[in-house]
Amino acid sequence: MIPTRSLSKWSVLACLALAGCGSDDVEPGNQQLPANTAQAAATYAQIVLASYQDSVTTAEELDTAVKALVAAPSDAALKVARNTWLDAREPYLQTEVYRFYEGPIDKEGSGPEGAINAWPLDENFIDYVKDDADAGIVNDPAKTIDSEALVSMNEAGGEKNIATGYHAIEFLLWGQDMSDTGPGDRPYTDYVSGSEGLVKNQDRRGQYLTTVSGELVNDLESLTEAWAADTAGNYRAEFAALSPKEQLLRVLTGMIVLSGFETGGERLQTAYDSHDQEDEHSCFSDNTHRDMVQDVLGIKNVWTGSYTRLDGTKLSGTALRDVVNAGDAGLAGELDRAIDESLRLANAIEPPFDQEIKTDAGRARVEALITALRAQEKILERIFRKFGLSVPVVE
Amino acid sequence: MTCRARHWTSFALALLGPALAACSGAPEVERQEPALDRNEWLPGGDTTNTLLLGVNAFTMPAANATAEHSPNFYTGNSFFNQSWVQAPSSTEARDGLGPLFNARSCSACHFKDGRGRPPLEPDEAFLSMLLRIGVGTRGPHGEPAPDPSYGDQLQPFAIAGVMAEGTPHVSYTEVKGSYADGASYVLLEPAYAIDELAFGPLDPGLVISPRVAPAMSGLGLLEAIPVERLEALADPDDADADGISGRVQRVWDAASGTTVVGRFGWKAEQPSVRDQSAGAFLGDMGITSSLHPEQNCTPLEPDCAQARPGGAPEIGDELLDKVGLYGRLLAVPVRERWDHTGVLRGKILFRDAGCGSCHVASHRTGTLPGLPEVSDQLIYPYTDMLLHDMGEGLSDRRPSFEADGAEWRTPPLWGLRLYRDVNHHDRLLHDGRARGVAEAVLWHGGEAAAARDRFIAMSAEKRALLVEFVESL
Repeated sequence: MIPTRSLSKWSVLACLALAGCGSDDVEPGNQQLPANTAQAAATYAQIVLASYQDSVTTAEELDTAVKALVAAPSDAALKVARNTWLDAREPYLQTEVYRFYEGPIDKEGSGPEGAINAWPLDENFIDYVKDDADAGIVNDPAKTIDSEALVSMNEAGGEKNIATGYHAIEFLLWGQDMSDTGPGDRPYTDYVSGSEGLVKNQDRRGQYLTTVSGELVNDLESLTEAWAADTAGNYRAEFAALSPKEQLLRVLTGMIVLSGFETGGERLQTAYDSHDQEDEHSCFSDNTHRDMVQDVLGIKNVWTGSYTRLDGTKLSGTALRDVVNAGDAGLAGELDRAIDESLRLANAIEPPFDQEIKTDAGRARVEALITALRAQEKILERIFRKFGLSVPVVE
Repeated sequence: MTCRARHWTSFALALLGPALAACSGAPEVERQEPALDRNEWLPGGDTTNTLLLGVNAFTMPAANATAEHSPNFYTGNSFFNQSWVQAPSSTEARDGLGPLFNARSCSACHFKDGRGRPPLEPDEAFLSMLLRIGVGTRGPHGEPAPDPSYGDQLQPFAIAGVMAEGTPHVSYTEVKGSYADGASYVLLEPAYAIDELAFGPLDPGLVISPRVAPAMSGLGLLEAIPVERLEALADPDDADADGISGRVQRVWDAASGTTVVGRFGWKAEQPSVRDQSAGAFLGDMGITSSLHPEQNCTPLEPDCAQARPGGAPEIGDELLDKVGLYGRLLAVPVRERWDHTGVLRGKILFRDAGCGSCHVASHRTGTLPGLPEVSDQLIYPYTDMLLHDMGEGLSDRRPSFEADGAEWRTPPLWGLRLYRDVNHHDRLLHDGRARGVAEAVLWHGGEAAAARDRFIAMSAEKRALLVEFVESL
């Protein structure tokens, strides 16, 4: 993940105050874009909103399940909460392709990406860990646990601690993964007030969990607001007013960086290289294999201009694919095949991912997916250059 | 130290070729001959990033990265970008943060591989800037002598259960001046304070060397500039009497027990990207490595010494190598307005003012073993990688190896235009005091005083053109 970090409002002022933020010279390399580019950008905005709305819906279900667990802890309630967490990841992961161009998700200063999905997790900043029963905010009664406190602690001392988001909830539902064959195994009694056993502060743990699940809903809602249709002054209005070239540049930048740099490079290559069992994004739940599938699916959604909503309805419109096809049908066909191949290979990864990077057969499957994602990235780069979105080549 | 100026034309001749041989040397004379150098479009040679600009401008791997290095670049990137966490943790490869630290990740300061800045509000924490500290003398190998209680760097953060050293603050005093044409300017002179001290008072003779995180691009290319080239550019005794001395930094290398050429950091205190990375892992994040196996806890900091480590060392050689490779292969972004008339006019003014005597435009890299990507490349970093006296106004009063307090290594200027897009600020110089290029020029003193005075003497139009050129890099 390329990090996001808060910055003061100064940045906006700086740009206003300084001459030369833009160039008054004619930009070279301004190739004619196919006429359907603006329509494809409109479809993109619809898909972005729908997938964030689905992320909110599933996060609300997670919040409800978590509150039910804390109100009446049981093995069954814990299982329900875990399942809703897994369900909540599916639509959110499909939205990761909207990162990397300073849109609402990761705009410096205001983007909630770090609060929603930051990794790796400072687990002993939150709760007990193996060999340290007293670790974390949960076990420090001097610390207040509420939204305000956790959000501010997320940037404790101005430096980011990771105390919120999907992976914090994941840790509080599964616990540390000490197993070779399965995920973490936190008992529901961690939430039973005053229960016997080694763990303490069950009420505070419950309070922590429900606070971060509520905060996750709030953060995701800020994204649906940013992308809501017909809302003066929000990001979608700004996006709609951009030139088709700038729209295409942002859409493709997200696809390029997520394909190669983020998924192929940072997440897969790094785990493949490090052989570290838990050097994986969803390490507590052993759900990392779904991260790969849904990230690629998100790219496919943008490419094909279609998105299947939680309720099964399908949203579709003029696609990025149609734009590329109008300019270079061969290139469009190449990317069709590349994305399908990446998706096939992502689906072939066998859970748990932490064991997949240790066996020869598993490593071969991971390597094949890396290779496919890099090939996909290269085709996207050719599209990028084809439409003059990179800087012009000197003759 | 004394410096008297090498005449700028000798550089112009060396760098820009016989076409410029007719230069008169009069600072305000604007020549008409073309300053166009088509190679400058790709300042990083074959490594240059010609794909993504904007916020991703500095994050790209060398365009010519080999199939062998490309995967390692991404692994290095991951350990550069992701936060380190307190040990013990499930992510064992990524634990070992602290006990004392300035940041949780390299990228916290080198955000998007770009440039840090000082706090802009009185209550803002130091996020991408740190304070080196000391007592103003040199240790046995020439290194800056540390503060006896707090060491050689203030770490304002600590893991749970350990006390952070103290909290730094910066405040500014306005310094007013005017150009020769009567236009006025205001500079900001910083003053630093440290409070909430955990281990008693600082040394009465304390000196503070504030430093923002420099941008990362092109480091491998800078490492590949041959030592012979640096020595040829150096003129330690100003034998040519041009006022520009230029000295090669030479630093103590504990691993080999010898003195080696320093290149990286604001005073060129590290010989290689790998050494620089290992130094920053320990000093800035509290991550031990084979180069620095011990935590930097002083005798007054027992909680620090007793904190649980995340391994021994916390980052192994294989990962350190990959982070080093990452730093060496980060691409320099392509130029955009390099051939525009105003930019070219500004380039001539930059040269005529003498800026290029230290901000040397171009070099041919040598061979960096194992790194064909950065070897034998024609590059345009606008630095000579040498130490220069920048005057008392910029002195930190903290000598370090060959560098006196007032001496700093010429920073490269490539990529400067993109700090705004990537890091959303325009702060320049080692402590980020300058708001934009003109203020940075105005702070130049010492060997650069004559060049600065030529800038002050220019008309508003010419000053704007010179700034336009630097902002096109």
